[in-house]
Amino acid sequence: MTDCVDLTHGGGGRAMADLIRDLFHKHLGNPVLDRGDDAGLVTVAGQRLVMSTDGHVIAPLFFPGGDIGALSVHGTVNDLAMMGARPLYLTAGFILEEGFPLTDLERIVWSMASAAREADVQIIGGDTKVVERGNGDGVFITTTGLGVVADGVDLSARNVQAGQSVLVSGTMGDHGVAVLSKRENLTFETEILSDSAALHGLVAEMLAAVPTLTMLRDPTRGGLSATLNEIASTAGVGITLDEAHIPVAPDVAAACELLGLDPLNTANEGKLIAICPRRDAAALLEAMQTHPLGQQAAIIGETTTDPAHMVQMTTALGGTRIVDWLAGEQLPRIC
Amino acid sequence: MRYISEFRDRTLASNLARRIAQAVQPERSYHFMEFCGGHTHAIFRYGVQDLMPPNVHFVHGPGCPVCVLPVRRLDDAVELAEAQGVILCTYGDMMRVPGTQRRSLLRAKAEGADIRMVYSTLDTLNIARANPDRQVVFFAIGFETTTPPTAVAIKMARAEGLTNFTVFCNHVLTPAAIGHILDAPDGPARIDGFLGPSHVSAVIGSQPYEAAAQTYRKPVVIAGFEPLDVMQSVLMLITQVNAGRAQVENQYTRVVTRHGNRKAQAMVAGVFTLRDAFEWRGLGSVPRSALQIRDEFGGFDAEKRFSISQKQSREVKSCECPAVLRGVMKPTECKLFGTACTPDNPMGACMVSSEGACAAYYSYGRQRAPEGAI
Amino acid sequence: MCLAIPAKVLTIEADDMAVVTVENVRKRISTALLDDVAVGDFLLIHVGYALHKLSEDEAAQTLSLMAAAGILQEELDEISAEASCVI
Repeated sequence: MTDCVDLTHGGGGRAMADLIRDLFHKHLGNPVLDRGDDAGLVTVAGQRLVMSTDGHVIAPLFFPGGDIGALSVHGTVNDLAMMGARPLYLTAGFILEEGFPLTDLERIVWSMASAAREADVQIIGGDTKVVERGNGDGVFITTTGLGVVADGVDLSARNVQAGQSVLVSGTMGDHGVAVLSKRENLTFETEILSDSAALHGLVAEMLAAVPTLTMLRDPTRGGLSATLNEIASTAGVGITLDEAHIPVAPDVAAACELLGLDPLNTANEGKLIAICPRRDAAALLEAMQTHPLGQQAAIIGETTTDPAHMVQMTTALGGTRIVDWLAGEQLPRIC
Repeated sequence: MRYISEFRDRTLASNLARRIAQAVQPERSYHFMEFCGGHTHAIFRYGVQDLMPPNVHFVHGPGCPVCVLPVRRLDDAVELAEAQGVILCTYGDMMRVPGTQRRSLLRAKAEGADIRMVYSTLDTLNIARANPDRQVVFFAIGFETTTPPTAVAIKMARAEGLTNFTVFCNHVLTPAAIGHILDAPDGPARIDGFLGPSHVSAVIGSQPYEAAAQTYRKPVVIAGFEPLDVMQSVLMLITQVNAGRAQVENQYTRVVTRHGNRKAQAMVAGVFTLRDAFEWRGLGSVPRSALQIRDEFGGFDAEKRFSISQKQSREVKSCECPAVLRGVMKPTECKLFGTACTPDNPMGACMVSSEGACAAYYSYGRQRAPEGAI
Repeated sequence: MCLAIPAKVLTIEADDMAVVTVENVRKRISTALLDDVAVGDFLLIHVGYALHKLSEDEAAQTLSLMAAAGILQEELDEISAEASCVI
């Protein structure tokens, strides 16, 4: 590990995974945390509960298709949903920078309220802190969520085996590109919107249609590549993908070409990866495509036996390559 | 996407693959150097190697501007940002490259230096306009493709009297490097032909390679960066080798002409002049292989405005980037590859740049590495 | 080296600037390195500058050569299939 935190530690790549393992797990480890799921599953007084927390820092705070307020609700709701939970309650912590306009803050809070209403969760607690000008980037929001999981539902990468099907719920990279389009010095114009959305409704349909569903994960920071590599390494399997089957919106592909980015490394905030037994894949796909948030769902590959736990892909050209996770943050490039 | 997706078509790829398989003579092996990192990236990103017969080999060349920049120049840039307190602007590609003691620009930024990633020299001019009380230095890297935009920025800065903008110039030249590789005293890598630069050639044209093709008796095919361009160019090279020809041919005719973009050439010639020699990582000092800012634009030369200290720059010992850049060693033959040196923890630039051969092998191609190589 | 992308000119602006599109993604770029840029031209864009125009005829020619690589092969296959039928 390096001796000071740099931006790669937050990029969703291997540097972040190493930091979590070598520092957080080392000191804070316990059987629930060590499962490495998106949320912690515990049984309290006979009730299966999941809890998760998610800090939101994003620039710009308002982006096409969303803002930090809605994102802070969706992010935590989705962490709960990936456990197969019904999200119930959230709490929210605000770190505000001195000088931040109250009208912007109200827009953000209004957006949180509307996202919470749509997701049918209540925000039942909160905290507000103000830091001096220059010590924060406008607003940071941390949300913590609580949900309940039905008996018999056990979604975890640890349950994944070789020979299962891998699906995604829609196009990859929309959120990352929508946010980048408004970054200073990169400005380009597009109609691409962030896919920021709460996924628990989709998940409920999927679980109802295919109770054998093995695992769910939302490919946020680091995109599809990072999340699939995490899954492969947790589950101890390999994964093979077919590039031609991975949905990417044409405008997202175009923006990525311009900036030298890979849509598979680009963040999503309203998409999920699902793994299920191969014989149930068609039924799962149908259930997903019937839901508004899964219309462009696709079967993109399968899990394999691979002692090296690699994610490999047949390219659209017909060759093969590895799909590696990103080293640190994805930076636009010129070469 | 017009002019892009057509050149990634799977059916055409299998056409070309079959044609290449027919064209190769089985008793022969073919070693083609793709000079450009852009080709290296395309070959790995699309898995082009899988569509080649086993006796066609790609030798990866030094055409990655990030990879060939000597550590000393990077250390100088870090010094400009830290000690001189300037706003240092550069392309995203440079941010993670390790300098001496593996200090990168990203690290210097984490420790407080004002380093900004830009997409274009135009953004740098905007930063200079917005910060009239600060010195803004553009850390310029790149081959002939990337040089004209730097020249335009310098001319614009002069036209509007922007006095807080300078360029730390590291622009280098392609034909000089190709000649140098073929002249290597330790015996050049085995090279039967070159996939010639595509976007460099858009600017300089195909003509500048004619001397090298003739002198060294090596065929050169100017090749586009899309995977089908690479495959068709390989077919053209095989045809030349089989026929014993060594000519400059142009596959990338939709962009490249014999004489290139004369307006861009004139712009560059007006602002820059040849350096007597320039240090390339991997190739050593190469005569007449780089540009410096002309005296009449001296006010925009960061090397003239700031005094940059002499320093002992050092690369990581046993990093084999130099041999990899000359094409005499495969990334997997380096002791550090995949163990001490990975994209997360790079020891040399070739593991950082997405065009670097080491990064391409590691991130896209290590499933092909021989057993035990990793 | 040198990531550069073909993009179509949408509008031409003052001071050697133009707006180009790839799909529906629009970007303002400099055309200072080219003469006679017209709306509808395809330009090769690198670091925010147009480096060269693309030739539609040449692109079509290249693609047809690639397609021909396959047609010839199929014809050869046919010929050899016919030959084996005769035998």
